[in-house]
Amino acid sequence: MVLGKGASSSLSMKMADGAEDMVNNNNFTVLVVDDDPLIRKLHDMHLKNFGLRAQVVENGKKAVDLCHVGANFNLILMDREMPVMNGAEATKELRAMGVNSLIVGVTSCGSPNEKQAFMEAGLDYCFEKPLTPDKITFLLQELNKNN
Amino acid sequence: MERNRLQQEVACMRRSLFDQGYLEEQFIQLEELQDDANPNFVQEIVALFYTDSARLIQNIEQTLNSKPIDFSKLDDYMHQFKGSSSSIGAKKVTDECTVFREYCSAENAEGCIRTFQQVKQEYTILRRKLEVYFQMVRQAAVAHSA
Repeated sequence: MVLGKGASSSLSMKMADGAEDMVNNNNFTVLVVDDDPLIRKLHDMHLKNFGLRAQVVENGKKAVDLCHVGANFNLILMDREMPVMNGAEATKELRAMGVNSLIVGVTSCGSPNEKQAFMEAGLDYCFEKPLTPDKITFLLQELNKNN
Repeated sequence: MERNRLQQEVACMRRSLFDQGYLEEQFIQLEELQDDANPNFVQEIVALFYTDSARLIQNIEQTLNSKPIDFSKLDDYMHQFKGSSSSIGAKKVTDECTVFREYCSAENAEGCIRTFQQVKQEYTILRRKLEVYFQMVRQAAVAHSA
């Protein structure tokens, strides 16, 4: 099995290549919104790898509720298809509430129409599932630009 | 050394899973996320894949057996299945899901039913191979080095 690249801190957190340059990482908060436990676990791990703390919830309504009670996130990773409240609805509500976090759709290939409708709900970007280190690096660059 | 031999066997089986097209790049991403703090990450993700798949296979089966067939529901389920399988790099399963979705959008019931058999078959084959693979991984991990 591939072993970790070696601890650079006492917490033994594995930092991905290039992440050492981004000293602001540990201040960014991320919310993962997805009804699939596999994706939640996978994305949480990817983010940990970059030194990011993530909260995970399983549908759009929980995301909206969290922000409603004052939780603030720099980045929200939003799945499209979810029970109770889907990604597009949740994004619309969050924007209406004045949330200006970076909201990124993470979805399996939908039709171009579906993707467009999702973007129009208020996303900053829309990526295909699952996340990869490249995409996270890109998002971190965006976050560093804005902060 | 027992451990070395077992590790070689693990590496060999792993290589053949990729060479024979059962797994692709995304699986390597999972392996790269695994580390000493999370030594069973890949197995845990794969276990979640099995749970997802069992549920979705059942849903798809029910939907295919209902009359008339709700193709939109079918597509939703298969969309989820494809999402899961591509997340672990299950190449053959994912490819069959793609074929299924084409029959689905054409509302071709027979094509869907036929392809679904393929999806299930590929899933079963992969699952069996991965179970053997991870058993070997576990054996190699506890084997003596001397």
